[in-house]
Amino acid sequence: MDLALDVLSWVSIAGGLFFMLVGTFGLLRLPDVYTRLHAAGMTDTMGAGLLLLGMALQTVLGILHGDTHYWSVLVRLVLVYLFLLATSPIATHALARAGIAGGVEPWTNEEVGS
Amino acid sequence: MFIVATAGILVSMSMALVRALLGPTVYDRVMAVNIFGTKTVLLIAALGFLTNRPEFLDLALVYALINFIGTIAVLKFFEFGDLGLTRRIQRGAD
Repeated sequence: MDLALDVLSWVSIAGGLFFMLVGTFGLLRLPDVYTRLHAAGMTDTMGAGLLLLGMALQTVLGILHGDTHYWSVLVRLVLVYLFLLATSPIATHALARAGIAGGVEPWTNEEVGS
Repeated sequence: MFIVATAGILVSMSMALVRALLGPTVYDRVMAVNIFGTKTVLLIAALGFLTNRPEFLDLALVYALINFIGTIAVLKFFEFGDLGLTRRIQRGAD
């Protein structure tokens, strides 16, 4: 049981790191604001979610070992996750809206002026 | 293992900083700073576990709140050119 929880937690932390690095790589490589927003949103949902899940599994492991002060840590992890879940889409939406209002043209694959 | 997580978060934070410095438009910079803030929250959490002081998560919560408010405020400034007026009042004034 302990080993399974430990392995599960490290797997989800590694997955979170993978998504986070891929998302930031997209932030560097993609051509314009709106496509970069896609990479940024992926970092926020999958990367942060999996990392926090891995940390929460570590605290569950601590609770199973009888360390009661890990309960408050678990509550805080859930609060951080809920907060990111609420704010990250709002920030992404506000960025796209501000970009449109500021006159940033979406990048297209067509040849310009040919 | 948490040290690997911390190192990975630091690497992706530096990549987000590169985008914030390069970013051709101001929206790229705001987005990169927003991502940087989200990663700071995760870095604080991972550091708390790394040093066996998970109470650091309180700081992470506060940082998440400040980061969101800051992003929305900066975006509102660049969208409307003003922090105090709503769009309706601005249209009425035109």
